[in-house]
Amino acid sequence: MTTATAIFPNPLRWALGLWRDQKHRGTIIQIMALVALLLFIGIIIRNTAINLQALGLEIGYDFLTEPANYDINQHLIDYNSLSSHLRATAVGVINTALVSVCGIILATVIGLFAGILRLSKNWLVNRIMYAYVEFGRNVPVLLQILLFHALIIHTLPHPRASLSPMDGVFLSNRGFYVPQPVLEPAAWAILAALVIAAALAWWFAGHAKRVQENTGRHYPVFTINAALIIGLPLLAFFLAGRPIGLDFPQLKGFNYQGGMVLRPEFTALWFALSFYAGAYIAELVRAGILAINRGQTEAAYSLGLKPNWTMRLVILPQAMRVMVPPLISQYLGLIKDSSLAIVIGYMDIVATIGGISLNQTGRALECMSITLFIYLSISLGVSTVMNWYNRRVSLVER
Amino acid sequence: MKTVQQQYEVGRHPDLPPPLVERGVVKWVRDNFFSDATSIVLTAVALYFLYKVVPPFVEWAFVDAVWNADHRNECRARGEGACWAVLRARIAQFTYGYYPAHLYWRVNTAFVLLFVALAPLLFEHVPGRRYLLWFSLAYPVLAFFLLWGGLGLEPVESAKFGGFLLTIVIGVTGIVGSLPLGILLALGRRSRLLIVHTISMVFIEFVRGVPLITLLFIASTLLNYFLPPGTYFDLLLRVLIMVTLFASAYLAEVIRGGLAGIPKGQFEAADSLGLGYWKSMRLIILPQALHISIPNIVNTFISLYKDTTLVVIVGLADPLGISRATLADSKWQGLSTEIYIAIAVFFFVSCFAMSRYSLYLEKKLHTGH
Repeated sequence: MTTATAIFPNPLRWALGLWRDQKHRGTIIQIMALVALLLFIGIIIRNTAINLQALGLEIGYDFLTEPANYDINQHLIDYNSLSSHLRATAVGVINTALVSVCGIILATVIGLFAGILRLSKNWLVNRIMYAYVEFGRNVPVLLQILLFHALIIHTLPHPRASLSPMDGVFLSNRGFYVPQPVLEPAAWAILAALVIAAALAWWFAGHAKRVQENTGRHYPVFTINAALIIGLPLLAFFLAGRPIGLDFPQLKGFNYQGGMVLRPEFTALWFALSFYAGAYIAELVRAGILAINRGQTEAAYSLGLKPNWTMRLVILPQAMRVMVPPLISQYLGLIKDSSLAIVIGYMDIVATIGGISLNQTGRALECMSITLFIYLSISLGVSTVMNWYNRRVSLVER
Repeated sequence: MKTVQQQYEVGRHPDLPPPLVERGVVKWVRDNFFSDATSIVLTAVALYFLYKVVPPFVEWAFVDAVWNADHRNECRARGEGACWAVLRARIAQFTYGYYPAHLYWRVNTAFVLLFVALAPLLFEHVPGRRYLLWFSLAYPVLAFFLLWGGLGLEPVESAKFGGFLLTIVIGVTGIVGSLPLGILLALGRRSRLLIVHTISMVFIEFVRGVPLITLLFIASTLLNYFLPPGTYFDLLLRVLIMVTLFASAYLAEVIRGGLAGIPKGQFEAADSLGLGYWKSMRLIILPQALHISIPNIVNTFISLYKDTTLVVIVGLADPLGISRATLADSKWQGLSTEIYIAIAVFFFVSCFAMSRYSLYLEKKLHTGH
């Protein structure tokens, strides 16, 4: 009798005691979470295995070396329909990279202009930029891509009647044709000159900093370095006998031959992404400039710094600290938004490996895993850089 | 006592009104348009730009536009302008998708009730706020039965949902479903328990690291592999699940920001009252953290709402899906610009209103300092 009553409540009380102890409760919750997670993963793997077996499929990445059997209209590396799925993926990655890099550059330029003009005292300019920013931020990017595409396709003329704002530049609904630079063998001299100039500029910047720290003497570093980086390659260009020529597009039959073409899909995507991200960047720039306390400027002046030094040494470093992290997440957003290319038929990662390859081979699991892996590597890479930057510039107080 | 006679030049007496160029419209125009050389150049450029863009657009969109026609060719025969007739012809589809016409009242009721449910959440001074909050809590269930049917109402399949109805259903479900999940993830990521922290962090970083479109592709192609054989979800439900997971990761980061904004003293005060973890979170920390993160939650909702347009890529009939169907109709081919502009206006109006609201909140929350 006594033993039963003595033993029976004990395990319960023991368990309750564990649960009421904060330390042990943490451990119990962790174990429960881990078990739940493993169970969840286990169930998914089991289901997948059963489902794949029922369909007679096996997981494997061998299909990547098989011919892709589809065409990609824009490829910067050699590609035809007999190339492998792996190569198609590479073309997709390069296309994503191309539109992302172009988009980031254009978005930054647009954002910088719009952000500064948005602060202008000129009422008209201020309002126009306000309208742009609000339109850009409040209309879905997918819709903007479709709108730009529709505008290019429907409002620009046929190749035969194409607009030509400059010599050798033709705008038509088949794409924008521009002259293509043709490199002759001697062009390497220019590249070499650029590398040498960059190295010299880097050394000079360090040297000037040392001199200033030791003696207080100041060199006009920016002017000299700009002259070096622009001047040296220019000199090499003329010394090597102008080794870069231009290949002009010419109308032959129904379309242009030669030159370089920006296809409507690429142009629409590029403009739309830049237009959309530019609106957000404009607000960042505005906020960044407004965030810097006026007292900072006054303090710098009272130290005797000249206005442009104040800008470079006091205002910009602080504005950058406010602006750069959200700016980089905008860039990341732009890279991710470039995946919407698929709606207008621009062949990026999602359209190649995640789209046509997936549909042709039916290997959804493999294709999606590759697509996700590529995007995750990009995102993690960018956020690593961002964290490194944040650590470097963050205010260290106390 | 000597009185000093102050001498003024003619027209300089302080009691005189300011000169014409220093007051009223003239001064405003001078200050805003011609204050210096840069400003004059900017004004000229801006005027030229407006002259180039606005009149042709107005001409196209209003003066030459055709509002009433049965098909595209009739539009083109009547004028060179926009053919808005397509919208008139398809307005029901753009609003309700393929929802049965005799049941539109259910959608309309759900839409009106949405605002009744939202009012006490959005504004503090609503009469009867206490009771209305209970209604807000019950609203999702009510809306579900109204839209999908059941409980004596005629059932409607998900495949019939479309147009702006679908946009709002996905947006609202996404944000409502993701709120609890987002709070849990945010708490998990701040947790000192290593495993809980890691799981939350990996989930958040994974979802934020990939584009929504890949998640939607997973929903449309992969999800069936993960489910037990024989189970079948309709596409809308799968998309809703994915959108909710997607939004919860973003919301988690927003709420984490709110939690980070709570002073340490609040946590310590809760501890010193002897409150356990969940009680201190529920009673002390979360109310404050959620309150300061409302503007950002609204911003997350805006971007989620805009992202609902992506569901067209997996084949749902949102406004863009309807526009695809419309453009494929030989009667209305080639009118994509008109349709896209109309959809853009719809999104602009709703998103702009929401962002104004979030701005208003931010101003209200910005107390002093």
